[in-house]
Amino acid sequence: MATISVEGKDIEVDEEGYLVTLADWVPEVAKVMSEIDEIELTDEHWDILNFLREYYEEYQIAPAVRVLTKAVAKKLGKDKGNSKYLYQLFPYGPGKQACKFAGLPKPTGCV
Amino acid sequence: MAMLHIVNKSVFERGTLDSCLKSSLSGSSILFIEDAVVSAVNNTAVSDKIKAELSSKNFYVLTPDLNARGFTDADLIEGIKGVDYAGFVDLVADNSNVQSWL
Amino acid sequence: MDGEGQTKKFMFVNRKVPYGTVYALESLEVVLISAAFDQDVSLAFVDDGVYQLKNGQSTDGIGMKNFSPTYKALGDYDINKLYVEKESLEERGLSLDDLMELTYEDEDDDWAEKTSIILVSREELAEVMDQQDVLISS
Repeated sequence: MATISVEGKDIEVDEEGYLVTLADWVPEVAKVMSEIDEIELTDEHWDILNFLREYYEEYQIAPAVRVLTKAVAKKLGKDKGNSKYLYQLFPYGPGKQACKFAGLPKPTGCV
Repeated sequence: MAMLHIVNKSVFERGTLDSCLKSSLSGSSILFIEDAVVSAVNNTAVSDKIKAELSSKNFYVLTPDLNARGFTDADLIEGIKGVDYAGFVDLVADNSNVQSWL
Repeated sequence: MDGEGQTKKFMFVNRKVPYGTVYALESLEVVLISAAFDQDVSLAFVDDGVYQLKNGQSTDGIGMKNFSPTYKALGDYDINKLYVEKESLEERGLSLDDLMELTYEDEDDDWAEKTSIILVSREELAEVMDQQDVLISS
């Protein structure tokens, strides 16, 4: 099993880099994962990551990209709730990459 | 010494509770676990069937399985007792043998 | 003749108590995946399937994931026709008050919040089933 080193501790991730145990997540996990993907996390990234964590807490699923886009538009405004903006922040896909940083499983139906 | 009968399927889906009721002696204990917990909820189409046997047999429900399905001990037919996992173990230990109606 | 890209009516029929078997969770996952294909998706809850929508589910004691909150996300996926069979509820001593509140926002009505649950009789549901192109029962 692969691991990433977060604050001196080894945390298990699967072959695609997603956390094996969702409860292992701390904000530092997102930072370490973003460094591996060579992305510098800004407040704009954190808005999305926090949104995803709240969504998971409420519904127990990682939302599909379409659902994420619509929900972000509603909560943070249309200028952020569009796929162009979200792909600028997360070039490997707002579903896959942002969910990974946020410690969520891969969105259901995402291949 | 009496027998403990364990039922794990919903009474609405399978006939195992009927088989169990027919094949169990007075004084025996019947424990509902997993999906069978819904069989012990009061005011259903089958609750009278269980009520008719309450005076001769002891009925129990595994409370964690009941809670998972959105019910509490207060929703049970009066006279049916909720047990936790330790209570489950006690029932197995206190009876001479166990029959699982799968 | 069925052409490509044509919208079909899919109905997922749920008939099992949750947690004791994997059917309820598996069906829910397929429903979420199906939402990606822009089809006309509805769900039916009959027999023991009505227990899947019971409110107050708490799985802490059995060490399994409580997936009942996920039904509340279906509105976000534009799945807003959840047929619940009246007779099945009644046989189990249940009413609509015992089920979770499941809603969606109606795009065509200024995003008004509306209930996704449609209470139907056994006979009415048979009619709705008859109108489907594909039925997936579990």
